[in-house]
Amino acid sequence: MSDSLTMDAIQQWLHRFALEITTQADWLTELDSAIGDADHGTNMVRGTGAVVAKLNGGATGTVQELLKAVGMTLVSSVGGASGSLYGTFFLEMGRNSPSGEQLNASELEKALRAGVDGVVARGHAAVGDKTMVDALEPAVTALYQSLANGLRLHDSVAAAAAAATTGRDSTEPLVARKGRASYLGERSAGHIDPGAASSAILVAALAATVGEGTAQ
Amino acid sequence: MNKLINSPQTLLADALRGVAAAHRELSVDFENRIVFSTASREGRVALVSGGGSGHEPLHSGFVGAGMLDAACAGEIFTSPTPDQILAAATRVDTGSGVLFVVKNYTGDLLNFEMAAELAQEQGIEIATVIVADDVAVEDSTWTAGRRGVGTTLILEKVAGAAAARGWSLEKVHGLAERVAHAGRSMGAALTSCTVPAVGRPSFDLPEGEMELGVGIHGEPGRKRVPVMSAAELSNALVESITTDYNFGGKPVIALLTGLGGTPLIELYAMFAEVSDRLNERNIKVARSLVGDYVTSLDMAGCSLTLVAADDEILDLWDAPVNTPALRWKD
Repeated sequence: MSDSLTMDAIQQWLHRFALEITTQADWLTELDSAIGDADHGTNMVRGTGAVVAKLNGGATGTVQELLKAVGMTLVSSVGGASGSLYGTFFLEMGRNSPSGEQLNASELEKALRAGVDGVVARGHAAVGDKTMVDALEPAVTALYQSLANGLRLHDSVAAAAAAATTGRDSTEPLVARKGRASYLGERSAGHIDPGAASSAILVAALAATVGEGTAQ
Repeated sequence: MNKLINSPQTLLADALRGVAAAHRELSVDFENRIVFSTASREGRVALVSGGGSGHEPLHSGFVGAGMLDAACAGEIFTSPTPDQILAAATRVDTGSGVLFVVKNYTGDLLNFEMAAELAQEQGIEIATVIVADDVAVEDSTWTAGRRGVGTTLILEKVAGAAAARGWSLEKVHGLAERVAHAGRSMGAALTSCTVPAVGRPSFDLPEGEMELGVGIHGEPGRKRVPVMSAAELSNALVESITTDYNFGGKPVIALLTGLGGTPLIELYAMFAEVSDRLNERNIKVARSLVGDYVTSLDMAGCSLTLVAADDEILDLWDAPVNTPALRWKD
């Protein structure tokens, strides 16, 4: 049981994501005022808050439907590049999930991979451009490798979360090549990318949810 | 920082109520945050634009006869969402298609792109023009590309006049691309701006310094330099633009916009110098606008836009327009 993600667990993941975003909103906005336009925390709080409201309103059905609803909610409530990119992430996850009420480890990995590929396709960013891809890409790679090495799901998502954190921190010395931070040129170096920071929170929330489920 | 607001969270909604109260000739969809023109569209191409709020009068101030049919307002400095843009396109389309006027920012591009996909699925013909006129962004290969600033409003006026004359979507789009390619902008800031939800300036700018090549979202510019006089700054702006684009003897439409926190008297002092600098370079100013047109909340500073014009563009520029921020008759 612990090696799959139920509908309940997916919802817990999203609740935890929203909670962590709220807790760290000031930090996200601070990162964004250094190299962007000082609204990433505010926008993500609004978007994840809308997701929580949607879930509390009784989002049931299949994993596909749940993830699609989350994606559409983020698209319509976050705004900016983050809204369409986070929205695309969940929409693509949903499109690439089986029609059922849970995801096993390999299905979760495939869905997350599709989500990240969707973000790359929509935003045309690659690793090293100082964007959310710098956290997400190593996370799904670590998840895939850990599962391939025979690790259990909770250890694999923990490895993914660690990779996301490392990826987030790797953005600090980088010069941004995409998004609003890129206008700063060399002056964008020396700051963590806010999108990579919120993406690391997303993966950490998944690891915490799966870890908690295992402990019970 | 003292602000004339009820709360940062309600500022956009409150401002839209104000637009509706002040301009009865417009129709405001509060739920979707769209300002619509009530001018007749019978069978013609419609123009939809939008973007983050905080740049007023761009875009809602340019909705009305002869210009935009709808403007979608995003949160402050945050692009509107695909469902908003789709709602606007659905309502204004007469079957002749819709032109999206998009400023070149990652968020705007992604959201208008998603909206165009959704609209096309519903059978609405969409063409998109992207404005990327800010010469301050030097390295456009390794960045998100040049930002869209002042050329946007000149394009909206000219393309709006063409749509009003019944041009096809293909022709309006071609014209819009032509204007977009012929426009260049460069700006400077004397202060940062304060995003109401944040409550403090987006960047620190010490007394006696200015940011050259600043954007319109409180993002710092390319270079920090000691504050210049109007004569020095006008020279720097004109030089940056004319080095980048060869106007080749064409007359220009010149826009000197304040960024929200600069008195008009300073803008006119600047424009006097700009006009002299252009004369020295044998560039004729055929039409001009001076005032707050494309702003960045309460930022002090200005941005100069020059669009190379021809007889057709000038004729369309002179066509009647009736919007809150731009209004003239034949």
